[in-house]
Amino acid sequence: MEPQTSQTITVTVNGETYEREVEARRLLIHFIRDDLDLTGSHVGCDTGNCGACSVIYNGQLVKSCMLLAVQADGARIETVEGLAPEDGKLHALQQSFSDHHALQCGYCTPGMLMSAKALLDANPSASEEEIRKGLQGNICRCTGYWNIIDAVKAVAR
Amino acid sequence: MTETLSPAQPLVVEEGEEQRGFAGTNVPRKEDKRLVQGQGVYFDDVKRHGMGYAHFVRSPYAHANITSIDVSKAEALEGVYGTLIGEEVAALTDPFFQLATPPGAHIKDYALAVGKVRHVGEPVAIVVAATRELARDAADLVEVDYEPLGAVTDARRALDPETPVLHEEAGSNLSWEGVYEWGDVEGAFAEADHVVKISELHFDRFNSTPLECDGAVVEYNRGTGQWTIHTNNQFPGFAAIMMGPAMRTGLDKLRFVTQDIGGGFGNKITSHPQLVACCLLARKLHRPINWTEWRTEFHLTMSHGNERWFLDTEVAVKADGTLLGFRTKALDDAGAFLRYEPLGGVIWAQVTPGCYRWRNVRLDFTQVVTNKAPCSPNRGYSRMQHLWFTERMIDIVAHELGLDPVEVRKKNYVKAEEMPYTTPNGCVYDSGDYARMLDVALELIGYEGLAERRADAESRGKLFGFGIGSTLDSGTNNFGQSRLINPELQFSGNNEVATVKLDIFGEIVVTLGTTPQGQSHETTAAIVVADILGVTPDDVNVRAGHDTYWNSHAGFSGTYASQFAVTGLGAVKGAAEKLAGEIKKLGSVILGCPESELELADGFVRMKANAEAALPLMACGAIINANNAGLPEDLDVTLNARYVYRPPFELPDVERKYGNLTLTYAAQVHAALVEVDPETGVYEIVQYAAIDDCGKRIHPQIVEGQVMGATAHALGAATHETFTYDAEGNLLTPNFYDYHVPHAMDMPPLKTGYIESPSPFTALGTKGMGEGGGAGIHAVCAALQDALAPRGRPVVYDSCNPYHRVWELLQDPEASRRRVEVISK
Ligand code: FES
Ligand code: FES
Repeated sequence: MEPQTSQTITVTVNGETYEREVEARRLLIHFIRDDLDLTGSHVGCDTGNCGACSVIYNGQLVKSCMLLAVQADGARIETVEGLAPEDGKLHALQQSFSDHHALQCGYCTPGMLMSAKALLDANPSASEEEIRKGLQGNICRCTGYWNIIDAVKAVAR
Repeated sequence: MTETLSPAQPLVVEEGEEQRGFAGTNVPRKEDKRLVQGQGVYFDDVKRHGMGYAHFVRSPYAHANITSIDVSKAEALEGVYGTLIGEEVAALTDPFFQLATPPGAHIKDYALAVGKVRHVGEPVAIVVAATRELARDAADLVEVDYEPLGAVTDARRALDPETPVLHEEAGSNLSWEGVYEWGDVEGAFAEADHVVKISELHFDRFNSTPLECDGAVVEYNRGTGQWTIHTNNQFPGFAAIMMGPAMRTGLDKLRFVTQDIGGGFGNKITSHPQLVACCLLARKLHRPINWTEWRTEFHLTMSHGNERWFLDTEVAVKADGTLLGFRTKALDDAGAFLRYEPLGGVIWAQVTPGCYRWRNVRLDFTQVVTNKAPCSPNRGYSRMQHLWFTERMIDIVAHELGLDPVEVRKKNYVKAEEMPYTTPNGCVYDSGDYARMLDVALELIGYEGLAERRADAESRGKLFGFGIGSTLDSGTNNFGQSRLINPELQFSGNNEVATVKLDIFGEIVVTLGTTPQGQSHETTAAIVVADILGVTPDDVNVRAGHDTYWNSHAGFSGTYASQFAVTGLGAVKGAAEKLAGEIKKLGSVILGCPESELELADGFVRMKANAEAALPLMACGAIINANNAGLPEDLDVTLNARYVYRPPFELPDVERKYGNLTLTYAAQVHAALVEVDPETGVYEIVQYAAIDDCGKRIHPQIVEGQVMGATAHALGAATHETFTYDAEGNLLTPNFYDYHVPHAMDMPPLKTGYIESPSPFTALGTKGMGEGGGAGIHAVCAALQDALAPRGRPVVYDSCNPYHRVWELLQDPEASRRRVEVISK
């Protein structure tokens, strides 16, 4: 039998359900970015180190470059595009990032926000130490993290 | 955890005029709203119908002849659109123009390797396919036969007769050399009481690794012969100058478009070879091409920072610690090609004496090529290497002669009252007060209580160290300095462009020629325009990014080399003032009074004496654009103002290598405290202070953000970040798994502070400031040297000091001490 090179999957992203045929070895991040055109999540590495692709997957923070799209069949995914509660309003973390100048180029920001959200969902009053630990999987090359930590701290309180 | 010094009395050295408007306030950043919602548009977010994905086939060898390339299997794969190899590139393009004089001028550099590869990762062929995955698989089917050659990875061996030569046309691995000498160097050494000799110092290879790698989406319009290049290249002006002649096309055929860029730090200046390859493919395959570089590809090939050795250094010092001069031989490792080099061979001279008053300097600069990735600008480009060297000299001299590093600095710093200060090579430091900055740094780091901290650390078995890094961030290049490298080059001065227009419904629209990568140009430009037109930054719409079609660019347009606050905002100010003048002209016709009696405020042009006699800006826009019957014939008003900012520069004197090379000199003084575990060499930065002076700050929070970012880069480079090669030329740190950038856990407690010494030479008193001079590298080296002193006084000789190197210094301090010798009269 020929190996199967593509598969149809059903994925719910930010509350919307999509059915798509995908190449079997397509990474979840490329499915999100290229197939669903949700380009907020980014790619910053090829070794799972940078966290630019971080999304919340069935309630858990994952690096979406470390999963295949076919593994996400049936999954519920949240990306940065779904973070704001409604059009024209920002999530508290988004506002706090802006207030604290916690972003410059903004390339790490979507992943950083999803990490911070997962962190605060699990631990709403996270301490500075816990925030630093929680963001350890996300690289930012612009800010030096100080303002990011302050931004998350401000929401944690 | 971060603390900003906000003194009750602002630390303003010179009082400017009475503050009015938004300049100097932290208005919300305009860029944030889209970026925090994932609505930015980076190049890879651009999609086109029928787009093909490009994947590069790269050399596994550091140095080899290519004997054959066979793409037939790849092309036969279903879904593959086509390929490109070096032979086609050599037929369709000319080699890139070289900035160097011979021998470097003879180097032939193409978009893909032609006949030979010269570093691991060098692009050899490209495959384009319907998906990223397919392109990658198909690239594996390209068969390339190589005949491996010996590699050179140590610059110190590059010119040995038995060393293999990279570019036969150049004759040897020498790419450029030049001698710089100013003052009376022999006299300085004759006058010296001590001569401190340092045989070898090494500034390591790294780069600031922006989180987004390089790339482009390139479209070709067959009807007009024009390419549209959606790219994150950060200096389209330079890319165009490189690409046009190579592609045998006029610059009007190259349209660069950018919205958001995921960090640049200079590393995205030299992507022109890849862009040319994409242009050829878009034309050949009749379809848009997406090239998205992978992280490993970025590390293997893109824009490493210049690795530099300082050999046979001698420092002339008086008994009282007065520094008279120095001489050294700088050996620069440019990697395999000269993509922006050998400009590094002169850029360092912007900061020849560092922050110090020594007048007698000789530096023999030699640049060689090696089988490593090509070097190109990296935050602090070429000055950082030299400033690190300068700070190392200061601290080594202080340690060897038993002098206090704080006192040596204070004694030898250029003094505030000497500003503007002309350096031995004719550069003019515009303003500043380094001693004052050092005082602020000492205050923030807790200098008074240092003895207690030291005792406390020692009681816990740690070695304790304190170090200072004082640097300059020279900004707004005079491109005439390129003539010190090659007198034939026809570049000089600098420029940047902005347009500001008032549209039908009163929209104020600003376009820039720059390509920001996080530097918040939309926000700061809006502040400047708002203050001139009497509106709020919210009323000002600054277009995001760069587009050649906007016609708001010139030859040096881009975002690089610490200049936006001078060139970009200078252009914005010029255009906004031009527009303000036109609005008043129109106002005087409509309101029937002389222009001199009018002002712009609250969204109106109105009479100063009678705020009721007012015309809303919206009405001005409507009249000129859509309701202009009956206006006087000679009313020359378009409400669409374009301004080209041009800094005041002269051509430098090529013979003496003398002249003003940059317009502004922002300064940084950093201080670090470290604790070292004497058993393992593991150390921690336990407190850090960063003081910045970039003149007038348009938006203090953005300035502080740049200070923090530059600090983080410097700390990464000081502690772990290195592009290390093995003897065969394999890069050992080709991704973020092996190349250790700082994480949130690594950041030390930080205090920031500032003083403001407005530049007398710029339109707004601002200075460029994004690069930051690498002060953290210098401070950490100094702190480590201080900490290790009780263990045999080792000499910190490398810019990068991972734990294993510190451990080596602890194990065998003598090995490092052999690098230093003091000769006293
Ligand atoms: S892209 Fe997923 S961790 Fe870097
Ligand atoms: S803001 Fe640029 S990488 Fe974080």
